[in-house]
Amino acid sequence: MKVLSQIRLPARLEYLHKGMDFVTFCARGQGFNQKKILEIELAAEEALVNIFNYAYKGRGGDVEIICKLDKNENFMLEISDTGEPFNVLSVADPDISADISERHLGGLGVFLMKKLMDDVQYRYKGNKNILRLIVSKKK
Amino acid sequence: MEIAAHKEKNAFVVSAKGRIDAVTAPQFENSLFGFMSKGENIFIINFAHLEYISSAGLRSILATSKKLKEIKGEMLFAGLQDPVKEVFKISGFHSIFRIFATDEEALANIG
Repeated sequence: MKVLSQIRLPARLEYLHKGMDFVTFCARGQGFNQKKILEIELAAEEALVNIFNYAYKGRGGDVEIICKLDKNENFMLEISDTGEPFNVLSVADPDISADISERHLGGLGVFLMKKLMDDVQYRYKGNKNILRLIVSKKK
Repeated sequence: MEIAAHKEKNAFVVSAKGRIDAVTAPQFENSLFGFMSKGENIFIINFAHLEYISSAGLRSILATSKKLKEIKGEMLFAGLQDPVKEVFKISGFHSIFRIFATDEEALANIG
């Protein structure tokens, strides 16, 4: 595992663009094409916004983003917070075949994240929610 | 994100440029609700210059469409570029909304 760069930001919406700029910078450094960079940005936004909205229940805290390469040279964004333990992967998928009236507003962000990344892993360790967004290098 | 809007026949064409993310989605949604409160109910949303949309933007679209449905209005889409098209496809939006290549095509298909 090789750490490329990392950043720590207050877990608040006004820091979203700062976090996204950091993610874009990391992804660009790995030579991904524009399409893949947008997908990585999108997955990262969904992960960050979930943390901003739910992790600290109004009491405030930080989010840490680490860009890494794993042992197979896959690109990995490790996004962690010290808020309430919560596995975002437990969020139910939205019913994407439902009509406008029946469609619920929630659940889309996590769904997009899972669909766009090659792998998404969650674990709770050392008082931290750790979410890993993984993109295979070979693609 | 920048929004431009104009009346075209019996539709209201709204173009969004740039990115609709969690920060800018409220601005997009508020604009649409604003146009609706002035009596507009047929919208053509032109995304020809939209490079990015996240779930916050999709939620704004869904919330607006739900409201439009109550007042017998409709929201059609035009000019989606590949990244936005992909997000629409994954989310199932391509099957709940009518999507056209251009404003003209959308206009011809109103009603």
